[in-house]
Amino acid sequence: MIGIAYYGAYVPIYRLSRSDIAAAWKTAPQAGEKAIANFDEDSITMAVAACQDSLVNGNREGIDSLYMASTTLPYVDKQAAAFLAEVLDVPRSAQTIDFGNSIRAGTTALINALASVKSGMSHRVLVTAADGRLGKPKSDFEQLMGYGAAAFEIADSDVIAEVVATATHHNEFLDTWRQVNDPFIKSGEDRFIVNEGYSRNVKQAVTDTLNSLGLSVADIYKLVLYTPDSRSHTGIARQLGFDLKTQLQDTLTDKVGNTGSASVPLMLVGALEDAKPGQLILVVSYGDGYDTLVLKTNENINEFKPRRGLKGHLESKMQLRSYMDYLAFHNIVPIEPMRRSPPISSLPARWRARRSLLSLYGCKCRNCSTIQFPIQRVCHVCRAKDDFDEVPLSDQKGKIFTFTKDNMAPSGDLPTVMTVLELDNGCRFFCQMTDRDPDTVELGMEVELTFRKFYDYAGYTNYYWKCRPVR
Amino acid sequence: MQDAIKDKVAIVGMGCTRFGEHWQKSSEDLVIDAAYEAFEDAGIGPDRVEAAWLSTVYGLSAWTLANPLKLSNIPITRVENQCTSGMDALRNAVFAVACGMYDVVLVLGVEKLKDTGLAGLPQSEMFPNFHMIGSGFSAPGGFAFPAARYFAKYGADKTHLAKIAVKNHHNGTLSPKAHFQREVTLEQVLNAPIISWPLGLFDCCPTTDGASAAIITRRELAKEFRDDYILIGGISLSVDAGFTPLRPKFDYLHWPATEAAAKSVYRQVGISDPFHEIDLAEVHDCFTITELLNYEDLGLCPRGQAKDYIDSGTFALDGELPVCPSGGLKSFGHPVGATGLRMIYECYLQLRGQAGPRQVKGAEVALAHNIGGPPQISSVCIVHNRY
Repeated sequence: MIGIAYYGAYVPIYRLSRSDIAAAWKTAPQAGEKAIANFDEDSITMAVAACQDSLVNGNREGIDSLYMASTTLPYVDKQAAAFLAEVLDVPRSAQTIDFGNSIRAGTTALINALASVKSGMSHRVLVTAADGRLGKPKSDFEQLMGYGAAAFEIADSDVIAEVVATATHHNEFLDTWRQVNDPFIKSGEDRFIVNEGYSRNVKQAVTDTLNSLGLSVADIYKLVLYTPDSRSHTGIARQLGFDLKTQLQDTLTDKVGNTGSASVPLMLVGALEDAKPGQLILVVSYGDGYDTLVLKTNENINEFKPRRGLKGHLESKMQLRSYMDYLAFHNIVPIEPMRRSPPISSLPARWRARRSLLSLYGCKCRNCSTIQFPIQRVCHVCRAKDDFDEVPLSDQKGKIFTFTKDNMAPSGDLPTVMTVLELDNGCRFFCQMTDRDPDTVELGMEVELTFRKFYDYAGYTNYYWKCRPVR
Repeated sequence: MQDAIKDKVAIVGMGCTRFGEHWQKSSEDLVIDAAYEAFEDAGIGPDRVEAAWLSTVYGLSAWTLANPLKLSNIPITRVENQCTSGMDALRNAVFAVACGMYDVVLVLGVEKLKDTGLAGLPQSEMFPNFHMIGSGFSAPGGFAFPAARYFAKYGADKTHLAKIAVKNHHNGTLSPKAHFQREVTLEQVLNAPIISWPLGLFDCCPTTDGASAAIITRRELAKEFRDDYILIGGISLSVDAGFTPLRPKFDYLHWPATEAAAKSVYRQVGISDPFHEIDLAEVHDCFTITELLNYEDLGLCPRGQAKDYIDSGTFALDGELPVCPSGGLKSFGHPVGATGLRMIYECYLQLRGQAGPRQVKGAEVALAHNIGGPPQISSVCIVHNRY
């Protein structure tokens, strides 16, 4: 049986009320709030977080493919999935593929993962989708778009939901787009793109899928239907005969916003979180055509719980102090830099240290058992030489041993909370703290580790780990 | 051979520029001003210099000294050991003189920090093999780490730190070459903007330009230069391994490098009760919390009792053991490579009765203490006039 073996979600901690955006521009607010990535997050870091959320048992051993879907990857000429595989410590033989250039990329990656497993080429495919697209200031898109990520494992055993059928359909249609250097979404006239593009396509997707499987609307537990705005999907679902209250999956528009290629995957996580065994989920994503998947849950679904899941991430939130922070965090307005030396990086050094800095391994002395970071050759305590076992640290929690709130350290959000941690396995760790309220930081505070973007150097981005209060 | 250098080397001349923001002087000007003041003080010309040691953290090689002074064809060594560079340059020069290799040696420290256009120190390559690990680390941040733990363990608070700032600012008003020469009140210190919590603006030393220099010789030759020379009783350096924030089980209540350096120099000189055997101490007060820890690490007060000594004014200029009579790094300034020798300069003035209104009466034995890194390097020197 081929299907979804586990899933995970990630929604950044910050939320911005749409009324705050509207107030800044004296425009009409859309309903609810949207999730805003912190200044140190991008689609890569969000994808790592979603994968960590799904990898409950930490077991990466059997993963033989890793697919990354996004329309907002930091590079156009450098693979994200290979980088992700290094960070997540996926076996080196895993096939890595990026899926992009369409908000349908998340479901396209899922369908291709199924094909890979079905063909026998893979047995466990980790699929993740992450996006955070920008609308131009004062536009409706600015209020609509949010940040988020989802992750699934598509496998040929131990699945919680079998994939019954998939379909795909291409359709050349310019509704929203960005050219290579566009920071902001562009679009056509809304009545044209919604009526002729979105509505016509997704209606056909639902109808054709149900017909081909001999199913009726009543057989569907949840319709996971992409929406380009806050309401277009409801009209379609009603026309097709779905009960909006019970059968239509929450699009998260008023909680997270539209997360591009991660929108439908995040909604699917929402549907799986509430599903019981034996239910049918119809997934319809949209963009340059459509993808559909029909899933049927089984008994295993009762057993699986992601670390935090969608619900946990929705509950764990902090309000962004102001709309200005959003503009600053995402370089929408230029900010006066601090008078500090530019940070340093080195491609060879960064590559040599990837095991410590990206996969986040420390080492344990075979002689005195002291766990230390980064990976050492001579033991700090007993000076045993070249006698260590590697120890993964990224899933460790820990406590603040000491800290400072530094206004001198260059940062996108002062003060930089710098922490010395004692991880639960005893390893000392030194890092910045993110997703924090500086006023609540104290000795002994419980933290977890999170992969973040640091700074650009010579045209490439440096990433590393930080801690955050346990969400 | 713990006493291999004991009392064998004398300081016979010193120079020190005014410390501060020298917009109109280059690093070469600072080198020339400090060196020629030392030459004049020792009654020599540059032709007498047989070898030189240069301390600079952000300068480059021995030519930082050779070029401005036109010192040709003599050995010059540049020493870089972070903020401990100055005292370490002196330490190496002392060995060369004590062993009889050279008779007259120039030791000079210089730093021109205000040409960088930066607030604070330029970025050091803390982790050339692991750049990201040091990301976000700043000097005030690194020195602030012990504060939270020390406060929790021993019940000290920001007020104790503030009293150190008030003391050193007061001493600075009596110190004509100091960067800052103004009093601050406890309220000003406590209400100042936070630099790196819990350290506020007045808990931190400034970013300073300056140079300092010493002429050293063998003890037997000292009288040829002056009658009131001072002797180097002992000098130590301790470097401990491992960036403190990543060091397994490190407690953040003390700096082992300072303890080791103090122990070594006390053994060299034969000091068993530093509090009573030392008349004044110039310690490395880059931040107020650093000075607090220094008291305990140098054995000037029992562990955990610094706050009581601070409250009772023990280390004030009119206290039992004046610490940082010069105003310290806090008021005198901290041009990093020049600081170690600047501390020795204060001791040199004090032991010769030349310290003016901040003179510690009857000072015979002085301690200078210089640290570097987060901190991982420490040097302690005992100088005296007992001969």
